[in-house]
Amino acid sequence: MDDASLRLDGNAAAGLLGELFAVDLTTARCCCAGCGAAEPLGAEAVYVSAPGTVMRCVHCDHALAVVVHGGGRYWLGVSGMAWLEIPEPASA
Amino acid sequence: MERTALLGRLTWRLAGVAEVVPETARTATLVLDVAGWPGHRAGQHVDVRLTAEDGYQAQRSYSIASAPGESQLRLTVERLDDGEVSPYLVGELRAGDAIELRGPVGGYFVWEPGAGEPLLLVAGGSGIVPLAAMLRRRIETGDATAVRLLYSSRTPADVIYAAELERAASLEGIEVIHTYTRSQPQGWTGYARRIDDAMLAEVAWPAAHGPLAYVCGPTSLVETAASGLVAAGYDPAAVRTERFGPTGG
Repeated sequence: MDDASLRLDGNAAAGLLGELFAVDLTTARCCCAGCGAAEPLGAEAVYVSAPGTVMRCVHCDHALAVVVHGGGRYWLGVSGMAWLEIPEPASA
Repeated sequence: MERTALLGRLTWRLAGVAEVVPETARTATLVLDVAGWPGHRAGQHVDVRLTAEDGYQAQRSYSIASAPGESQLRLTVERLDDGEVSPYLVGELRAGDAIELRGPVGGYFVWEPGAGEPLLLVAGGSGIVPLAAMLRRRIETGDATAVRLLYSSRTPADVIYAAELERAASLEGIEVIHTYTRSQPQGWTGYARRIDDAMLAEVAWPAAHGPLAYVCGPTSLVETAASGLVAAGYDPAAVRTERFGPTGG
């Protein structure tokens, strides 16, 4: 299968990110360190077929973030992101 | 409005199976009672986890079918024959059983009245599930957003929520357009092919109306529909997609 058929949307990573973060990062805007485009993380591309979960820029395919979970730990690589703009959670 | 801004990390909770409702030959709706359910928004999903006796765990994501205002949580699951989880959920699971789930998750692929209109929903197969939650939300709130649903199925027998969609289409401001890619009812004069640009040009709201679109289904359908809508002038930020992966089940 080619890359396109393995591609999911950023919302597919919502559960995994929810294991680590108290706010919903799929609605956070992420700026790609490769091309500078900013999109909500839920709109970026996600691949879950690798040993970890890889999030890629929908504009330039640059790897934004990698999450690997195993052996009682998480590895989180975020060198592909310039910044995240995180909406303040609505108060109940 | 129900709030789901539950601060804190996701935790697994136990859901009691109240009922398993067959929808089509390959899909069923799990009606669940979830103690402490924090509420959800239309379009969100949950993760379901099964644990074997030897401790082996398998986890999958399923879209929530029910509208936020319903008293029970509903998930509609398609059985994939080589899947690890779905053959159990659709086939083995019975009322009185319990499953583990966590959520709701995903705040991006969600719709609430007032999010924008007109609204275009494009579904392929069981991609109808989160879009049906949006349609139910529209109806339960008495919202007047104009909605068009374009739904691609292999055959009429594969249409999930067929009767409900027919009722919805009789309401003011809601249109449901089917396309059957493999076999059609006798005398069918509607669409009989996969979704393509020509079909979108006929069905989709003109870009000048400032529509908001949600597309859910197999990856190829989502790619075709999303790129077709953007090519037709839709604002890319107003075309939200949820692709089914190849590794579901």
